Amino acid sequence: MSALKIKRGASSHSAYDLRDPHAELNETHTLAVLVDNEAGVLARVIGLFSGRGYNIESLTVAEVDHQGHRSRITIVTRGTPSVIEQIKAQLGRLVPVHDVHDLTVEGPAVERELALFKVVGTGEKRIEALRLAEIFRANVVDSTLQSFVFEITGTPDKIDAFADLMRPLGLTDVARTGVAALSRGA
Amino acid sequence: MSRQMTGAKMVVQALKDQGVEVVFGYPGGAVLPIYDELFQQNDIRHILVRHEQGAVHMAEGYARSTGKPGVVLVTSGPGATNAVTGLTDALMDSIPIVVLSGQVPTFMIGTDGFQEADTVGITRPCTKHNWLVKDTDRLAETIHQAFHVATKGRPGPVLIDIPKDVQFASGTYVPPKAARTDHYQPRVKGDIEAITRLVELMETAERPIFYTGGGVINSGPAASQLLRELVDATGFPITSTLMGLGAYPASGKHWLGMLGMHGLYEANMAMHDCDLMINLGARFDDRITGRIADFSPHSKKAHVDIDPSSINKVIHVDIPIVGDVGHVIEDILKVWKARGRKVNHEGLARWWAQIEEWKKVNCLSYKPSDKIIKPQYALQRLEALTKDRDRYITTEVGQHQMWAAQFLGFEAPNRWMTSGGLGTMGYGLPASIGVQIAHPEALVINVAGEASWLMNMQEMGTAVQFRAPVKQFILNNERLGMVRQWQQLLHGERYSQSWSEALPDFVKLAEAFGCGGAKVDNPADLDDAIRMMIDYDGPFILDVLVEKHENCFPMIPSGKPHNEMLLGDASTEGAIQAGGAVLV
Ligand SMILES: Cc1cc2nc3c(=O)[nH]c(=O)nc-3n(C[C@H](O)[C@H](O)[C@H](O)COP(=O)(O)OP(=O)(O)OC[C@H]3O[C@@H](n4cnc5c(N)ncnc54)[C@H](O)[C@@H]3O)c2cc1C
Ligand SMILES: Cc1ncc(C[n+]2csc(CCOP(=O)(O)OP(=O)(O)O)c2C)c(N)n1
Repeated sequence: MSALKIKRGASSHSAYDLRDPHAELNETHTLAVLVDNEAGVLARVIGLFSGRGYNIESLTVAEVDHQGHRSRITIVTRGTPSVIEQIKAQLGRLVPVHDVHDLTVEGPAVERELALFKVVGTGEKRIEALRLAEIFRANVVDSTLQSFVFEITGTPDKIDAFADLMRPLGLTDVARTGVAALSRGA
Repeated sequence: MSRQMTGAKMVVQALKDQGVEVVFGYPGGAVLPIYDELFQQNDIRHILVRHEQGAVHMAEGYARSTGKPGVVLVTSGPGATNAVTGLTDALMDSIPIVVLSGQVPTFMIGTDGFQEADTVGITRPCTKHNWLVKDTDRLAETIHQAFHVATKGRPGPVLIDIPKDVQFASGTYVPPKAARTDHYQPRVKGDIEAITRLVELMETAERPIFYTGGGVINSGPAASQLLRELVDATGFPITSTLMGLGAYPASGKHWLGMLGMHGLYEANMAMHDCDLMINLGARFDDRITGRIADFSPHSKKAHVDIDPSSINKVIHVDIPIVGDVGHVIEDILKVWKARGRKVNHEGLARWWAQIEEWKKVNCLSYKPSDKIIKPQYALQRLEALTKDRDRYITTEVGQHQMWAAQFLGFEAPNRWMTSGGLGTMGYGLPASIGVQIAHPEALVINVAGEASWLMNMQEMGTAVQFRAPVKQFILNNERLGMVRQWQQLLHGERYSQSWSEALPDFVKLAEAFGCGGAKVDNPADLDDAIRMMIDYDGPFILDVLVEKHENCFPMIPSGKPHNEMLLGDASTEGAIQAGGAVLV
C-alpha cells in the first residue's frame, strides 16, 4: 500500500475501501467462550482472531466439565464496539462453540489472574520486596538466600502494579496465567 | 441397528445412507482402501477428475445446481492441498461440499511421513468445519455430522481427514439417525417483532427496494417462490447480487437487473436513492456497497440473514433479522396480509416513474459492429438461441463473467453457477461438468475467457471420459480482459502482463481431447456456430474471437458511491487521469 503512496482514507485506486468505516473508540472486553473440548478447538479460536485481524490481550483455557468435555476459554480483547460485536458473532458461528458471553456488558464480573514473580537480590532490596509482597498479599512459594518466587492473585491491574514495584527490586522473571472471569451473583 | 465393518466400508455405507449418488475424486496411496470399496459396489458413481481442484469445483457445480451437497474424495498431501482453492471458493460462496481426504496412518502423523500434510490445519480457515478421525468407531458418526454441518444454517464446505489405518480397522457403523447433531441447530425462524417492524416500514415506504442475494438460492426453491409472491404482491422493485440471479425471474415485471460494480444503472441508482432497503440473503459485499460512507445514505435498512455474523459486519442496519430467508419471507407475507396488504401507492408510482427514467439511460448499450464480434453481442446471441432450452450456465472469472450476468436472463434458481466471492479463474469448466453430471439431459454452457479456461482445461478429459456434453463458449479476446480494463482505467494504460500470449489453437485442442471444436470470428457466422455447438452430440469448445479492447460497463470504480458510475468509454476520462497519478 505504501509503495503506491495511497493514503489511508483514499480508496479510488483500490479494489477495497481503505477508509476506516468505524471511527469509533476502542474498548476492552472480556469474553467467556464455552466450547466442546475437541482436538483443534483452540487453534480454531486463535485462527479466527489472527485471520480476521482481531486483538487478543489475554487468553486462558481449561476443561471445566470433564464429563461433558466442555472447556471454557476466557479472552480479553480490544476493539471498537462494532468489531467486538463481530468477534462475538464470528465466535458464535464456530461449530464447537456453545456459548459466548461478553462479561463486560452482561453485568458485574470478577476477573482474576495468577502470576509468579522471581525477584533476585540481597540486603535492603530483598527486605523491601518481601514487605511489598505482604501488602499485596503475595505468597512466597520458593526462596533461596538470593531470591524469592512470589505467587500473587488479583486483577490484571493489581498484578501490573506489583510488577512495577518489583522491577527496581530485582525482578528477573514473570509468568502470568491470563484472566479467568465469572459473572457475579446467581 | 449398528454393524461391524472396516472404516473404508463405513465411508461408502455412510455416503449411501446420506443419499450420495456421485463422488468426484482422484485416488492415491492414503485412500486406496476406500477406492477398493468403491470398486466393489454400484450405487455410487465415481467421476475421475484430472486435478483435485477440478473435483471440488465439479462438486460445487453439482451442489449449486441441485441443492444437494457435493462430495469429493482425495488422497493425502498433494491431493488435499490441491483441494484448497476449491474449498475456499465454496466457503466464500456458501456452497455445501463434503471433502473426504486420506491421511497417513495415525501412528505416523507428525513424522513428516510420505505425502503427509497437516490437512486439518491447512483447511481450518477454508472450511466451515473439519475433523481428523482417529478412531474407526467415530468415523460413521463424523461423516453424518459433516453432512449436517455442510448443509444446515449457512451452507459451506467441510472436510474429514481419514488416516489409512482408520480405513483398514474395523468399527461399529451407526446410521444417520443415530448420529448426534443436536449441538449444531442454527435458528431458522426470524423474530416476529422485527418482522412486524419491517412490515410497518413497507406499508409507508415511498422508495422501497428488495436487494436479494445468494441466500435465497441457498434457502431452496421454496424461498424463490415466496420471493416472487412477495415482490409481485407489493409491487416493489427488486435487484439481486451476482449470486442471487434467478431467484426472481429476469422477465419479471419488477426486475431491475443485477446491482453492484458492474450492475445496471437503474439498480444502483435505486439502491442509492431508496428510502427502504430490504436485504434478503445478501451480505453487503464491497462490490455492492462501493464507498461505505455514501452507501444508500437516506434509507432505512433491513437485513435478513441466517448467519448472525453477516449482520452489521459491513453496513449497520436498522432492522436485523436472523433466520432462514424462506421462513422470514413467509412470515413477512403473513403479517403484511393480516395487516391489510398496505403499500404507499402514490409513493410507489412516483418511484417507478423515476426508475423508468433511469432505465432510459440504456446502460448496457455498446457500439455494435458487423466486422468484429462484440462480446456483448455474442452473449445476446447465446441468450436468444438458448433461453428456451433446459439451460444451465457456468462462468469463469473476468469480463465475460460480468457480461454473462448482464446479458443472460435467468428465470429460475440454481441455473447460474459462478465464482463470486473468491473470483476463481478456472472454476467454470469443472463446474459445468459437475452440473452436467447432475443433469445429463440439460444444455450446460460454460461462458469462459480464454485465460481462465486454460487454468483447468485438463478437465476436458473428464468431460470426454464421462460423456458430459458440456459446451465451452470461450470469448477469446487474447487478453486478461478484466485486468487489462483496470490497467487502462486505473494504471495509465500500462498493460503489464495482461496479454494471453502463445495461446493454443482451441480447435486442435478439442480434437486432441476427442471432442468437438470450432472457431468463429465473423458476426455473420456466429449464430450458425452457436447452433453447431448446441447440436453437437458431446462436449464442444467454441472459440469465439471477440473485440480485444472492449471494456465492461457500467462500472463503479472501487470506493466510489453508486451514483458515480462510469457508463462507457466516454465517461472514463477522469478515471484514467486519476489512475495515472497512482504510480507517478
Ligand atoms: C470480477 C468480479 C466482479 C464482480 N462484480 C459484481 C457485481 O457487479 N455485482 C455483484 O452483485 N457481485 C459482483 N461480484 C460478486 C461479489 O464478489 C460477491 O460474491 C457477491 O456480490 C456476493 O453475493 P451475496 O451478497 O448474494 O452473498 P453470498 O456470497 O451469496 O452470501 C449469501 C448470504 O446469504 C446468507 N444466507 C445463506 N443461506 C441463507 C438462508 N437460508 N437464509 C438467509 N440467509 C442465508 C449468508 O449467510 C450470506 O450472508 C463480482 C465478482 C467478481 C469475481
Ligand atoms: C486464479 C486467479 N488468478 C488471478 C485472478 C485475477 N484476474 C481476475 S480476471 C482476470 C483476467 C481473466 O481473463 P479471461 O479469463 O481471459 O477473461 P476476460 O476478462 O478477458 O473476459 C484475472 C487475471 C483471478 N481472478 N483468479
